[in-house]
Amino acid sequence: MKFLPIIWANLKRRKLRTALTMASVLIAFLLFGYLCAIEEAMNAGINVAGADRLIVRHKASIIQMLPMSHKERIQQIPGVQSVAHATWFGGIYQEPGNLHAQIPVVPEEYFEIYDEFILPEEQMKKWKETKTGAVAGRTTADKFGWKIGDRIPIQATIYEKENGEQMWEFDLVGIYDSDKEGADTTQFFFRHDYFDEAQTFAEGMIGWYLVKVDDPDQADAIAKTIDEQFANSTFETKAETEAAFTRGFAAQIGNITAIMIAIMSAVFFTILLVAGNTIAQSVRERTEEIGVLKSLGFTNPQVLALVLGESCFLSTLAGGIGLGIAFWLISMGDPTGGNLPIFYLPTRDLVTGVICMILLGLLTGIAPAIQATRLKIADALRRAA
Amino acid sequence: MSENGEVLVKVSGADKVYRRGSEDLHILDKLDLNVPKGEFLALMGPSGSGKSTLLNLLGGIDRPTNGSVEIGGDEISMLSDRKLAWWRSRHVGFVFQMYNLLPVLTAARNVDLPLLLTNLSSKQRRKQVELALDAVGLSHRLDHYPRQLSGGEQQRVGIARAIVTDPSILLCDEPTGDLDRHAGDEILDLLDTLNREQGKTIIMVTHDPHASARASRTLYMDEGKLKTEKPE
Ligand SMILES: Nc1ncnc2c1ncn2[C@@H]1O[C@H](COP(=O)(O)OP(=O)(O)OP(=O)(O)O)[C@@H](O)[C@H]1O
Ligand SMILES: [Mg+2]
Repeated sequence: MKFLPIIWANLKRRKLRTALTMASVLIAFLLFGYLCAIEEAMNAGINVAGADRLIVRHKASIIQMLPMSHKERIQQIPGVQSVAHATWFGGIYQEPGNLHAQIPVVPEEYFEIYDEFILPEEQMKKWKETKTGAVAGRTTADKFGWKIGDRIPIQATIYEKENGEQMWEFDLVGIYDSDKEGADTTQFFFRHDYFDEAQTFAEGMIGWYLVKVDDPDQADAIAKTIDEQFANSTFETKAETEAAFTRGFAAQIGNITAIMIAIMSAVFFTILLVAGNTIAQSVRERTEEIGVLKSLGFTNPQVLALVLGESCFLSTLAGGIGLGIAFWLISMGDPTGGNLPIFYLPTRDLVTGVICMILLGLLTGIAPAIQATRLKIADALRRAA
Repeated sequence: MSENGEVLVKVSGADKVYRRGSEDLHILDKLDLNVPKGEFLALMGPSGSGKSTLLNLLGGIDRPTNGSVEIGGDEISMLSDRKLAWWRSRHVGFVFQMYNLLPVLTAARNVDLPLLLTNLSSKQRRKQVELALDAVGLSHRLDHYPRQLSGGEQQRVGIARAIVTDPSILLCDEPTGDLDRHAGDEILDLLDTLNREQGKTIIMVTHDPHASARASRTLYMDEGKLKTEKPE
């Protein structure tokens, strides 16, 4: 690292050129980071989807409901460990823009299947004791400043109460967290028995079932058995693994990953040319100086290291700042105010970004670096004279 | 040749042939040279006669087509590129006509360059750099960039860089060629001092009889060989 001051001085040689190159690398990695977060949000769930979880919905569409009576029949299928259900409530908290999911569930059943959600035991106990009780994810609770004990009014859009009342009130008894990256901590769960009793719109009906299987390898086979079970009935089902379900959801907006890779490849290629040109020019201008360094005893590997150090320093510094800004912007939250409940920069993409920076540095530096090592001292010095 | 000490530089039968198109240019032709330790030798000769070429062979930055170059008992023309680089960093200091400082580095950092190849700590390096710049009378210019220095001062930084690793031999290619008489004299005084007080062996190429007069001996390059008398 004794060479760092030389590398730094060389980059400062043409400040404007270096600054412009760094700016383009910076913007490229900012874009990369942000696109990664959007892609992650679009594909939300696929990466955290439990391989041992199935989602069973109405064959026609997820918005058509299934009878509660399916539960027992599913439970009896060999290989099924437990069954829970969920329903889309679709209410509004304060303003229509606040788009977090509210879902009536049977507390212990649901949280057993979604074991990545962490709810303190005494809060679960309290929930079981409180019919109007509800728990919220940490993100949503923080967003609205909810505390345990608060009364949360939610305006129904689908399920009005028997008396025509649209406002539902819940008592917040718990806040759940997750230690799993990418888990959705924006949801709001309340008790299904309260829901079922208070509304008349769809009594005895639920939105979809969640099935935990004993052996992930059997998941597809069990999904098939479930569908066969209800074939030719009024309520035919479509069972699939959670990952397949989420992927199908994402596919409706197009293959985000492919689009993102296409954009990033174009950007990366452009940056390669821009940064490559900068380094090549800067080395060419220094032919004589490289000759001097060699005359002082710098070996070819050292000269190689100096040039590669320069290109890698440039790309990792600029790229690091870009990715850092992206990280900061992303941590400020979902830019759509609720459409992308899971909005964060996955560690995997951060690592990919850093690898890309180093790769960019090596690719842009390697040709000029080799050229510099090939330089004959006598020729380099003669060219100067 | 009257030498009353050990021979430091011994060139025997050195050829240097360049190809230009279809024709071979014999720049050095079976050249012999012996330089005793501690000598201040001047090399003169017309432009294109091969003075710089010879200096490059002596400094291990080029290799002879034939013949041997022995310095301090080491046959340097046989060393690998890597060993030769290491050898240069230990044994020779170059002083160039155009100073050849790195414009983006301060005087101190320029002088520090050869020390980066050693195992010295940054503190030790700093001390060596200060000593070298002090020896050339520039201890007050440590943090100046080359463009902030006069030609004579830049050349003194160049000399400090050449001596900072304490090599036994200094190779100077027209060190005063780009300086006025006054600044040139200061450089020659400095080389003279290094030769007398520190026992550095100096080989200096020059076009200037005034400069060569400061040397203990002058040789003339003529038709690829060295002569003791100035040819007609
Ligand atoms: N790589 C090379 N290819 C072909 N010819 C070369 C090469 N290097 C040097 N020469 C030729 O060798 C000759 C000697 O060059 P050299 O630089 O040693 O001369 P010099 O005596 O130092 O001249 P000057 O006083 O002008 O510096 C010149 O004619 C030069 O053109
Ligand atoms: Mg010359």
